[in-house]
Amino acid sequence: MTNRTDILRNDITDPFAGERLKVSYFHDREKVLNLRDAWSSWNGFKFADYYYDVDYEYFCIRNTCGTYDICPMQKYLVEGEDALPMLNRMVTRDLNKLRDNRVTYVAWCTDSGRLIDDGTVFRLGDNRYLLTCGSPCLAWLRKSAFGFANVEVTDATEDWAALSLQGPTSFAVLQRMGLDGVAALKPFDIGHFPFLGGTLMVSRTGFTGDLGYELWIDPELALQFWDALYAAGADFGIQPYGESATNMARLEAGFIMPYMEFNEALKTVNFEYDQTPFELDLGWLVDFKKPHFNGRAALLEQKRNGPKVLLTKLNIEGNKPAEESILYSDENCSCEIGYVTSAMWSPAVKANIALAMIDTAALKGEIWAEIYYQRELRHHHKVARCTIQSKPFWSPDRARLTPPGLV
Amino acid sequence: MADQETIIIGGGHNGLICAIVLARAGQRVTVLEAGSNLGGMAAEREFHPGFRSALAQTLYAMPHSLIRELDLTAHGLDLANEPLPIKPLSIAGTPQSITASSLAGAEDDDTAAYPKYVAMLAKFAAALAPFWERTMPRVGATGMSDLMTFGKLGLKLRLLGKQDMLEFFRVATLPMRDLLDEYFSDDQLKAALCWDALVGSQLAPRSPNQAVLTLLNRMAGKDAGQHVVPKGGMPGLVRALENAAVKAGVTIRTDCTVASVRIEGDENGQRCIGVELQSGELLLSDRVVSSADPQTTFLNLVGARHLEIEFTNRIRRLRNKGYVARVHLALSGLPAFKGLDSPEGRLIIAPTMDSIEFAWDAAKYGELPEAPVMEVLIPSLQEPNLAPQGQHVLAANVMYVPHDLKSGWAPEHRAALLNTVLSELTRYAPGIQDLVLGSELLTPQDLAAQYRTTNGHWHHCEPAIDQLLMMRPTYEAGQYATPISGLYLCGAGCHPAGDVSGNPGRNAAREILA
Repeated sequence: MTNRTDILRNDITDPFAGERLKVSYFHDREKVLNLRDAWSSWNGFKFADYYYDVDYEYFCIRNTCGTYDICPMQKYLVEGEDALPMLNRMVTRDLNKLRDNRVTYVAWCTDSGRLIDDGTVFRLGDNRYLLTCGSPCLAWLRKSAFGFANVEVTDATEDWAALSLQGPTSFAVLQRMGLDGVAALKPFDIGHFPFLGGTLMVSRTGFTGDLGYELWIDPELALQFWDALYAAGADFGIQPYGESATNMARLEAGFIMPYMEFNEALKTVNFEYDQTPFELDLGWLVDFKKPHFNGRAALLEQKRNGPKVLLTKLNIEGNKPAEESILYSDENCSCEIGYVTSAMWSPAVKANIALAMIDTAALKGEIWAEIYYQRELRHHHKVARCTIQSKPFWSPDRARLTPPGLV
Repeated sequence: MADQETIIIGGGHNGLICAIVLARAGQRVTVLEAGSNLGGMAAEREFHPGFRSALAQTLYAMPHSLIRELDLTAHGLDLANEPLPIKPLSIAGTPQSITASSLAGAEDDDTAAYPKYVAMLAKFAAALAPFWERTMPRVGATGMSDLMTFGKLGLKLRLLGKQDMLEFFRVATLPMRDLLDEYFSDDQLKAALCWDALVGSQLAPRSPNQAVLTLLNRMAGKDAGQHVVPKGGMPGLVRALENAAVKAGVTIRTDCTVASVRIEGDENGQRCIGVELQSGELLLSDRVVSSADPQTTFLNLVGARHLEIEFTNRIRRLRNKGYVARVHLALSGLPAFKGLDSPEGRLIIAPTMDSIEFAWDAAKYGELPEAPVMEVLIPSLQEPNLAPQGQHVLAANVMYVPHDLKSGWAPEHRAALLNTVLSELTRYAPGIQDLVLGSELLTPQDLAAQYRTTNGHWHHCEPAIDQLLMMRPTYEAGQYATPISGLYLCGAGCHPAGDVSGNPGRNAAREILA
């Protein structure tokens, strides 16, 4: 895929050859559907911000189903007898509990407990793991593997063509494709299905908080797989969606996003402008029963003292999204207590929601957001009362039901 | 703290000193030495039938306070020998002889400058001396003792007076070449005077960084940095340490190689519970103190899996390549050096500072120097029993000889280096080749194997600003304690650094007892 770009694929005279964005294995289909040519990029790949209309794609995720191209997501194979101890020292969760063909959500930190990135670990077999994450991580993996004799880390990002299929009809689509046994997959299960002489790997995972799967196929079969999937999905409202709709869905699910909720610790310039898992309300990912993992001592100290700030889910009165709002402990906005990291009007839950980083000490008091908004170029601002919500904004039962319903 | 079980890895001087201090405080201490003899780099070995030598041959950086505290004199240490003068060798010129208080054989202006130069260094050395004997403060720590150390260092320097303090900051990281050019004009004298700032390190006369501080560190001990051969040679020191250790109740086991440091872990985290020997024997203890170099300790004995990732990476990246080779000659008689009545003293073969620089230039690209520079000692002049009656041992520290020779250390490259050294010696001591009964070359790789020291560095890792003070060997392990509960460091890789000063061993023991 390295040599695949959108244009001039074989044109060695292209003076910008090294600068062009790479394209995904599914690009030949996606470019036809990208009616608005709304491309941005992710990890050097041309990547759809949206295809047709953000809201339409969002409603597909919530009401029918959509596909999100995860070819640019970073994928690393970690293999060998030391793969488990190596990964287990790197991430904060205990991977000893992870069984074959299961996936788990993990975070990994610097020595001082600052979050480098989050991702998922797939246990593909004894001594064989797949780590996926949003940003390149090979250097850190190599550092983490030093001192382990029997472990090999391979960047496998381009070894799979992968799509995330999310939404209430996603199961029905796979069923229609004839994937026998996909009904039995519980959340975070992995299944393998024959496909055109190859193997389709299906994991019941995703980034939308809804019923959904991630589909992994040999790049050679990518376009045939796309066609089969879209043929099966025709009656179930299948639609590709881009970065913008993903961002809406993940916020409703309460998932964090790099450069929104946190800075990757290895890229942060200012001291402690990154975050710890506790500050991101991911303390449940930190397993102190493990005798050792990177950042343990620092994280234990933070757990004992309590984090000074905490990522908090807010319901905000009114319907004006509190994007980039500063938060105060009083309606007069005299005492700052935090800031909003992500905000939106949520169509699915009919609420004005936000994630916000708030001083822990201020969580018991009142929270007010100063919201700036525009109406036909005129700027306005308001101060809106916020209430803390403990559960994810969006967490339908169907996301957990096994076998899932056919809608 | 009393009555606890402590295991010390390594029976070099630092391990023994740490053991003595801990045992005297009531701890049950066992020293495990992999070799057959105690003393580490100061242990003697036979390199030719009837001829013996140690890597460390002289004592120079050990503080008075340590010799007194450990009653080493009562336990047999005899430092009655006169300090050795430095004698730059010259084929044609006037012989020069340098001591702490005198310079003979130089031009008038250099002779006049010498006391000023020494006084300047002595003043700075005295100001810094207390810091080599203390645990360095933790950066960011607000504890009383850390703040006191910071305060004391500041005060000591301030007490130099404003002018001297500013001058200290000016010269502290100067290249030796610039410092010596300010004071002296004679090339050969300058080359000899920069030797003690450079030997054992990855620095040459033009290198900024650490050379002046190394010199000041070495000057902080007894005899102001001058070298003394103890009675009985360095084994005389080692025996005194062994006597003191046994008297204090230390158990010493030689031929006892530690295979790993045992780490136990549960929901309360990890802690060090003892060591496993190569024999398979498991020795449990409350605490393990390692005098092995930091890479050996952390990467080989503990293992990266028990350490933090960034910390491991820093240990892995330590600059610890040795650049000094040792050549031993068994001589049938005393060689005659041109212009010298007696070859007593530390004989320096380095005609100019440039000759040192050129040798380094070759070495840093992995090549052997065309004309190596060296320090030559005939220790059998002080200690006749190192060689058969009437015969002599010659020991040369040859710089700069890369640990990683680009061509690899094939036998022909070893032979070539030995030949170069011999022909260089012959230029200054014609006829010496006829006295040679046997010879030995120890490259940095040989030193690494012989003394179980990664990459064969005299100081375990380069003493330099980036690996010095609270950064030695690296942060999170700069105060003798390590990230693993119950595991400590006490070797040359700790503050203040190598040489037979004993400071790392004593500082570590004090830190453990604090």
